[in-house]
Amino acid sequence: MIEGMIADTIGITGYNGDVIHAYYAQPLTGGPIPGVVVLHHMPGWDEWSKEVVRKLAFHGYAAIAPHLFHRFGPGRWDDVTAAARAAGGPSDACVLGDTEGAMNFLRAQPASNGKVGVIGFCSGGRQAYMVACKIPSLNAAVDCWGGRVIAKPEDITPERPVSVIDMTKDMHCPLLGIFGNDDANPDVEQVNKTEAELKKHGKEYEFHRYDGAGHGFFATDRPGYRPEQAVDGWKRVFEFYAKHLAS
Amino acid sequence: MCSYINEKADIMGHGKGVPDWLPLTNVNVYFDHPVSAPLDHALIIDFTNPAGGTGARVAVELSAESARRLVASIEAALAAGEAEHVFVPA
Repeated sequence: MIEGMIADTIGITGYNGDVIHAYYAQPLTGGPIPGVVVLHHMPGWDEWSKEVVRKLAFHGYAAIAPHLFHRFGPGRWDDVTAAARAAGGPSDACVLGDTEGAMNFLRAQPASNGKVGVIGFCSGGRQAYMVACKIPSLNAAVDCWGGRVIAKPEDITPERPVSVIDMTKDMHCPLLGIFGNDDANPDVEQVNKTEAELKKHGKEYEFHRYDGAGHGFFATDRPGYRPEQAVDGWKRVFEFYAKHLAS
Repeated sequence: MCSYINEKADIMGHGKGVPDWLPLTNVNVYFDHPVSAPLDHALIIDFTNPAGGTGARVAVELSAESARRLVASIEAALAAGEAEHVFVPA
């Protein structure tokens, strides 16, 4: 644990060279420390997503949450979320570019040990899985209940042209998956199919599935919060990062 | 002819207020994770005016049961109000 930290909103260079906002927390240490990119959930770049950034910093990681809906602004984060939802959200190409920009920022910091992981929640979980397949320099990925990893035909759009499950063969780094067995999206059957695909391609992964938990059970500000399962889930996340992101 | 027709319903949800009246040109309706209401999923109705910027909107996030009561109230109010106020030529 590193209790001191600096946390603030900054600008980073993302997809297409655009400068976007990101919430960044830096533990007060000279390092070397790893970094983690936090991909926020569908309700947006909200207070809880920023709490996750600070939690990671408390555990010794430089953490950054790019505002994936930034281009749908300007405005308050919740208004920008509504605009993003109305417009269908950011493209996969845009998310990949913004994530890579956040990774570059983390690696450019003097305290960086050069290792960077990602964690994503809900829609961000799907994006974390995609990033693990598409950005070779990523060192570890955590998918928390990512929905639509297995896309339905109607989910395939010009903005999201490929079902993420079909990218599995290109996964470059270890994957940790955290799921609630009462979740409807992804449900148990979808998680089984995803696990089968990872096995088929010989990928390094570990899945943890929790009874008595549904979607978003880490989110302390929502009724789906399940403290017992969430505490254990976070323990798994930090064990996974300690194994794969250490110097 | 003016009436006090008012269909009431108990609801559970959150709303986003604005300081004054504003023109509204679009509405987005979906059932998904809310931003503010303490629900895992909510029926979200977002009245917007994109020309006025992202903040030019009035939004509500309702429980599914509240949304169904609202639908019933709207239908009842329209039926009663139109019967009362709308002139139908003989």
